[in-house]
Amino acid sequence: MTQAVALAIGVQRAESPGLWTLAWRRFCRDRVGLASFLIVVFFFGLMAASGLHLIAADWSKEVGVNYAPPTFMGPEVADGGPSAPGSHGGERTGVENPFDPLAGVLAEIRAASGAASVAEAQSPTLVFGGDRWGRDVLQKTIKGTETSMFVGLVAALLAAFLATVFGALAGYYGGWIDDFFNWFYSVFTSIPYLLLILAIAAVLNQKGTLTVILILGLTGWTGIFRLVRAEYLKHKVREYIQAADAIGASHARRMFVHILPNVSHVVLVQLSLHVVLFIKSEVVLSFLGFGVGVDTVSWGSMLNEAQSELILGYWWQLAAATLAMALLVTGFSLFTDALRDALDPKLK
Amino acid sequence: MLAYVTRRLWQTIPTLLGVVLLVFFLFTWVGGDPAYLLAGKISNPEQIENIRRQLGVDRPYYVQLWIFIQQIATGDFGESWATNERVSAIFATRLGPSLTVLVPLLAVDTLLAIAAAMLVAYVRGSLTDRMVMISCTVGQSISILVYIIVFQYVLAYQLGWFPVQGWGKGFAENLLKYSILPIIVGVIVSVAPDTRLYRTFFLDEINQDYVRTARAKGMSEARVMWVHVLRNASIPIITNVMIQLPGLLAGAFLIERFFSIPGIGREVILAVERSDFPVIKAVTIYVAIATMIINLIADLLYRVADPRVQLK
Repeated sequence: MTQAVALAIGVQRAESPGLWTLAWRRFCRDRVGLASFLIVVFFFGLMAASGLHLIAADWSKEVGVNYAPPTFMGPEVADGGPSAPGSHGGERTGVENPFDPLAGVLAEIRAASGAASVAEAQSPTLVFGGDRWGRDVLQKTIKGTETSMFVGLVAALLAAFLATVFGALAGYYGGWIDDFFNWFYSVFTSIPYLLLILAIAAVLNQKGTLTVILILGLTGWTGIFRLVRAEYLKHKVREYIQAADAIGASHARRMFVHILPNVSHVVLVQLSLHVVLFIKSEVVLSFLGFGVGVDTVSWGSMLNEAQSELILGYWWQLAAATLAMALLVTGFSLFTDALRDALDPKLK
Repeated sequence: MLAYVTRRLWQTIPTLLGVVLLVFFLFTWVGGDPAYLLAGKISNPEQIENIRRQLGVDRPYYVQLWIFIQQIATGDFGESWATNERVSAIFATRLGPSLTVLVPLLAVDTLLAIAAAMLVAYVRGSLTDRMVMISCTVGQSISILVYIIVFQYVLAYQLGWFPVQGWGKGFAENLLKYSILPIIVGVIVSVAPDTRLYRTFFLDEINQDYVRTARAKGMSEARVMWVHVLRNASIPIITNVMIQLPGLLAGAFLIERFFSIPGIGREVILAVERSDFPVIKAVTIYVAIATMIINLIADLLYRVADPRVQLK
């Protein structure tokens, strides 16, 4: 699997006009695909930079006042927020909103939590606003992007790996092995996806990034399995496999060295599709509180906070998480379409 | 026909057994000892031993599995650990609200998606087609959570057109007052992917020879599209609608939770939050059984839609 990804990335450098070079050339002609590819690369860069603590390393610092509005709106937006434009002429305090019903409580909490956070200068506005504790929403979104993308990516790799191994065994050997995996497949698919995920979440009863990855990866292999199995059924009777058999290649070698490169484009497209699916699932799981831990920020946990903030009129965290997610998911979906067209030109 | 149905039902037994084993495995080995969950913080060894005996988890695994199979066969999963309500009673009272929201939701969504998909497939390649497809892609990429949060805030909280959440007593009140907004949100979320999917089904049919023949016979465009093309494109559409049906029984988790609809989906989320294993087990098993039956019905419907389909 990693090989396939590496191939896709390294395609530009390959000299011989193989499948991947031709696919890359076709891909370059697709302008929408190329633009979406750039978006995906940008998000990957964001994820890597954030993961290496190059950016958004101190996202949890309370750099602004609580619910600091975005800079472009100015610091004076009053209690009603954007929903009550009439209140713009209200008292300008700059630091604390006098109508904030939680202001008193929060001040107490902050005083109790020690002088450290109070001592720091808290700016009245932040680039894209602040959350309940005055953390920078922009940095938080970057950190959330890292978590959500990482979960989606690793879970998709796990699912694709399982599906490839299962599909290869089932399709290549046939017989009772095929029957067994088909039985396994029908067991997993007869429980609706989200219900299965929730049931496993209930059983594991622990939060955490690794838990989410395992839940999504271990349940999400079914769709890819079906396709990989069908490809192996098709390929195992071809001449080149008979030739490999004739020169004495072992079963494992025929499965994973000879056939796998020829079906890897199917896996790659499915991998890309499942990243999007898993990102969406992670957001729902984290929102419900069965996902990433409380000390981790993801788009789902941001949306969870944003729900109560919106009632108070603080819309920026909702907007930030929504925008980031919509951009990545749209980009990734279009990229997947372009990838499929490039790798399988017979389709359309 | 009867022979086919009998054989298919016979074939579901291994799958059903697999689901039972999977659920049993999950809740018995992976889930850990439920006695500790139930006893809570103030527990002594004696209490835990008592609870273990009550639940039967101190018996050998094969006895537990047999008890589980008996529970499935009789439909008696005992009582909820959290509320002591009978699991069967939970099912009976929660299914109604779920269906009140989800049946109209599925019907409206399917009709809208078919109409929209047929329209854009008819004018394929045009500006309308591309605009609809782009808005579907973008609309699909926004999380369902955002739709629910924003619609609830704007339409219910700010404009006051609908109740923010809640559930009434009578069917008419529930359907006409409390279900409208959840249905709107649900339709908006599901109509985009369905339109995209159905469009490809219509595109597969729209260039076929029989379409040209129908036009050559002088049939109206409406009749060509709505009768000839629709009937031929109906098999994949039936499949897609049928795939959504089991989810319908499990309820739309998020919609029911946000709008406080006392349906099965909300019950599942509550059960997961409270580690209420009997409820989750029962829902999983029965939804799986329903899924298998629905798959069988789908295969029979193919035959109705297309008499050429051979059931074997």
